[in-house]
Amino acid sequence: MSTLEIKGLVASVAGKQILNGIDLTVRSGEVHAVMGPNGAGKSTLSAVVMGKPGYEVHAGQVLLDGVDLLGMPTWQRAQAGMHLVMQYPSEVPGVDLTEMLAEAYSARGRSTDGLAASVAAEAERIHFPSALLDRSLNVDLSGGEKKRNETLQLALLQPKFAILDELDSGLDIDALRDCSRRVEAATHDSQLGVLAITHYNRLLEELHPDHVHILVKGRIVASGGPDLADQLERDGYEAFTGDEVADEPTSSGSYDDLFAL
Amino acid sequence: MSTTLLDAAGHLGSAQLPSTESEVWRYSRIAELDLAAFTPTVPHTTVVGAEGLVPRPELSAELVASMPVHDVFDELHAQYAHTVEIHVPAGKVLAEPIVVTHHVSGVGAAVFPRLLIHAGADSEFTVVERFESDPGVVALIVPRLVLHASQAARVSYLGVNLLANTVWQLGHQQATGERDSTTLLATVALGGDYARVRTDVRAVGQGATTKQVALYYADGHQMHDFRTLQDHIAPKTNSDLLFKGAVQDTAKSVYTGLIRIGEDAKGSAAYQTNRNLTLSEGAWAESVPNLDIRTNDVKCSHASTVGPIDDEQRFYLESRGIPPEVAERLVILGFFDDVLAALPVGSLRPELRDRVTEKLLGRVA
Repeated sequence: MSTLEIKGLVASVAGKQILNGIDLTVRSGEVHAVMGPNGAGKSTLSAVVMGKPGYEVHAGQVLLDGVDLLGMPTWQRAQAGMHLVMQYPSEVPGVDLTEMLAEAYSARGRSTDGLAASVAAEAERIHFPSALLDRSLNVDLSGGEKKRNETLQLALLQPKFAILDELDSGLDIDALRDCSRRVEAATHDSQLGVLAITHYNRLLEELHPDHVHILVKGRIVASGGPDLADQLERDGYEAFTGDEVADEPTSSGSYDDLFAL
Repeated sequence: MSTTLLDAAGHLGSAQLPSTESEVWRYSRIAELDLAAFTPTVPHTTVVGAEGLVPRPELSAELVASMPVHDVFDELHAQYAHTVEIHVPAGKVLAEPIVVTHHVSGVGAAVFPRLLIHAGADSEFTVVERFESDPGVVALIVPRLVLHASQAARVSYLGVNLLANTVWQLGHQQATGERDSTTLLATVALGGDYARVRTDVRAVGQGATTKQVALYYADGHQMHDFRTLQDHIAPKTNSDLLFKGAVQDTAKSVYTGLIRIGEDAKGSAAYQTNRNLTLSEGAWAESVPNLDIRTNDVKCSHASTVGPIDDEQRFYLESRGIPPEVAERLVILGFFDDVLAALPVGSLRPELRDRVTEKLLGRVA
């Protein structure tokens, strides 16, 4: 049994403070959904926990079984058991999946014997076309193929905790179901703890969370059970903020700004 | 005591070195060259795989006559060249590559290898030319390649520079493609002190296709200098160029490329891509693409980049638990993957990949 504790996390990017004190605790096998409108700090949260360059932490801790990840470089956070399924996985030309996983295994002291077979089996399970396995990472893959590939890596690397950063964006319903089922299976089989960051309810219909948190303006403003997502669906984010929140970048508010003289 | 290059050039009435004032030698280190430090010497050259090919002196004479004489090195070359001739008759297909190896030894040696390749109509073969040297030897190699592809011939050439980082190289390659021929000129440059290769391809027959590929990687104080010309003379000709390089430590590289599409070359297509990785703060790379198009009805594009390893790629790999030095190795080898794949001799790829790996592991932190 492991615990991921985010405590009082304050962080900024490009001089702008985005996270204003986040507190969250996830335990092995639990699925937590963090929901928020655009600009709430969802992607910043995932970037800061994984140590993406360009983000500055001003206060707080991210403890994995009591050890603060914030003092570690990204690769050590990953080896400690943290994993990020990226919203926009980077293309890495000339490096294929198996080659990358072999290095990731070796770096963890894991044997690479049978790796190709494991990759093939996971690819089949997640419906990632085997013809794409020899391609360079994320190069010329569709949105759905990229997310299946991300989920495949999650399954093989077997972290203790995974952040799913907008796993549902750019996914058709079949891919969303396949990826969600694979993640859910990992929560049972290897007690994976999940922090699923999302804008929409859609993911939660496939990936059933134990806990739902509403993130607005860099703070968790409400936490509850799955019914909180239903309430959000019914009332919108405004109910949690006290003022109007842009649902989409092209809302009427931004048009007003655009034509303001 | 034997004659130095300076004496020899003096006898030719052209002791004057080219200057960086002239566009062709811009960015070069030519001003550092001391002709008095070198003596014309016979290169140690071996040829494997050309058994059974018959010399054709009249074709060789034509190829030599087509070589331009621009500067003192061309004149010295005419005087001191040691020639290897490869004439593959019409219709002949060679399954195995012909391998020409030049080994440079002796301090102050100046060698002038000349490789003449004539591909008969509808012939198909590959030639590899390796440039090697004793370690640490201060020497000068001035190689010249003249390649002629007759109608529908398919010829691939790969030059591999594995010289010590004390050897200067001033190379010039020229290839001419007749109707419907396909020519590939590939270069791998890992060695040399200042190593320059000028590579010109001319499509003189309708439907001729030319391809130029290079992988170059300079470290320490090395400098790699490439000048390329894609010269379209006949209609419906195609050229494609992919040059990829890396510089680290205080090394430098320059790429200058010109696509020239003549008035008669209607319906032609020309592509040029040059990408450079700068792997150390003190390293420097320059990329200068040029276009000279004198007709409509052409397809043409060029792209050039110079920059460090992409942060997003590095973060992606590190987020999978891969340490930074391994992530960088993967990204750098990945960067070269498409040029390695485009080299004509697949069996050489593991060796060349290992040499690139060796180089990147030696990077001064």
